[in-house]
Amino acid sequence: MTTDAPWTGRKADAVDVVVIGAGHAGLAASHLLSRHGVDHVVLERGQVANAWRQERWNSLRLLTPNWQTRLPGKAYAGDDPDGFMAVPELVRFLDDYAAGLNAPVLTETTVTRVARNGDGYRVSTDRGTLQARAVVLASGACNRPSVPGIAGKLPDTVKQLTPFDYDSPDDVPAGGVLVVGASATGLQLATELLRAGRDVTLAAGEHVRIPRQYRGHDIFYWLQRCGIHDERYDQVEDLARGRRLPSPQLVGTRELDLLDLNHLAGLGARITGRLAGVRDDTLMFSGALRNVCELADLKMQRLLAQIDETADADGAPAPERYAPTQLPGPPVLTLDTRRDDIRSVIWATGFRPDYHWLDVPVLDRKGQLIHEGGVVASPGMYALGLPLMRRRKSSFIFGIEDDARDITQHLVDYLRWPFPESDARSSSWAGAASCRTTQESVLSMNNG
Amino acid sequence: MNQAEIAAQNGVNVEALLGAREALTAAPEAACFTWRVASEWKNGTHAESSVESFFGLGEEQKHVREYRYDTDHPEIFASADKGSTPVEFILVGLAGCLTAGIAAVASHRGIRLHSVTATVEADMDIQGILGIDGDVRNGFNSITVDYRVDADASEADIAALVAQSQKRSAVFDIITNPTDVHVRVNR
Repeated sequence: MTTDAPWTGRKADAVDVVVIGAGHAGLAASHLLSRHGVDHVVLERGQVANAWRQERWNSLRLLTPNWQTRLPGKAYAGDDPDGFMAVPELVRFLDDYAAGLNAPVLTETTVTRVARNGDGYRVSTDRGTLQARAVVLASGACNRPSVPGIAGKLPDTVKQLTPFDYDSPDDVPAGGVLVVGASATGLQLATELLRAGRDVTLAAGEHVRIPRQYRGHDIFYWLQRCGIHDERYDQVEDLARGRRLPSPQLVGTRELDLLDLNHLAGLGARITGRLAGVRDDTLMFSGALRNVCELADLKMQRLLAQIDETADADGAPAPERYAPTQLPGPPVLTLDTRRDDIRSVIWATGFRPDYHWLDVPVLDRKGQLIHEGGVVASPGMYALGLPLMRRRKSSFIFGIEDDARDITQHLVDYLRWPFPESDARSSSWAGAASCRTTQESVLSMNNG
Repeated sequence: MNQAEIAAQNGVNVEALLGAREALTAAPEAACFTWRVASEWKNGTHAESSVESFFGLGEEQKHVREYRYDTDHPEIFASADKGSTPVEFILVGLAGCLTAGIAAVASHRGIRLHSVTATVEADMDIQGILGIDGDVRNGFNSITVDYRVDADASEADIAALVAQSQKRSAVFDIITNPTDVHVRVNR
């Protein structure tokens, strides 16, 4: 039984597919669902590209070059293909894309609950409810900053911030600042704070060191050229580790080739090991800093050697050689927040998705979505935009297209089952949401 | 499995290790182990410790036999030198752990080891333990481990073995990171 759903602009409160999230992933899914003629709506808690508008710092630029920034049916058309988009430009790019879509994007509509109902899902929002046969979770991988439990032990004299609280160095109180985390976020914020004349300590655990440019091209050119970005989730040796990998130490500019610990030390940062403990006013850092630097250097050399095989065959310019990470003297193991004047801590310790509204048993004990290449462990439920979801490039904007094509094809087959794809979409399709079919399709995707 | 593959196992049962990893991912509670040592003062600074039982995989376990260790201090400390110093035992643990890790990682990566030797040196200013200078810590100021690895692998691959072994080493973690230590007195 359906009723009017005027808040959606639709005649009925039933729809084949609800896409949750109008970021690049949700919009790409909508584009492809329309191409398949699938009835759907996109629900968005704020505006299109909401996280980019609300939750990113001012100086941020995409890590990927403009020529690579594209979505299904839309490529970068500006005059600086080798540049890197700042956030306002990316928001315009996504706004333009959304404007060209056929499906309604219902903005300012927050999903409050998704639960299994009959053969589909009841999607509750702060504006009303919808019944959907299938759901695409495109709500993002970075909804909440991941802050370690140790944060609760810091003394009250230290102000704690996450990247969500940070727009510019003005948001950080006077005095020394400890940036925890050595991914792109941690290094970019630390660099900006150092340039603003701040006294910065950076706590580094395992990290990914790669150069911006290599052998005449952007590193992302090589990752694509060598097939590394296309490596599939079911071919990756340690998938769990691959999905946890911190973002590479990169910044979207051609001005700086290596945003690494050497660069930070050169700007005057104090580099410590991972923040391992807090006792009263004393911060304790891991003594494993040398090893995490050695691991990062070795992995960078291995990646560059892999690129060299292709680059040599391509006749690319001679390889650059990079000095190993050089730590100035023995690492600092403890700091006293009072004596050493640490007034603030920025937790650049990663992000995680927020599924508190998802009332379907598809989360593991660590709160991660259980899925096989984006096919979630509940019939008719799909994900998009998660790290290494189907390919190494899955979490990048340019990486969404191939994943979204696979996922929408699977979804369309699911909706049409048991009718062949050539049949018109059948509204009589009802109770046959067969797990068997879903599993078979998953297997065929694995072999693809 | 051919002869080369068997040789590259270095006596490590790689399949069993990978199987354990898979099983414990599915049943994380079984991964909770408790290690135990019993220790008894003998005389002077000499103590004898023994190791036999531990808890793991959800039940009580036993080594194939009991192991006994003497700790004492050398004669220059006016001790009887009935065994290694406790701080040397820490280094024994570090070397044992890292070397086991190198063998396990090499086997997983199909690298045949011919020899693995290590020397471990740790610097300590004993003004700390003697209470002469409160600014000097009791423990080591630094530890240096020197490995010599002869294996069918490149220099970079050997460096990666040693680095990966540190990453996965319990003793390396225990030494490099703080641990909550609770020493109780019982009647």
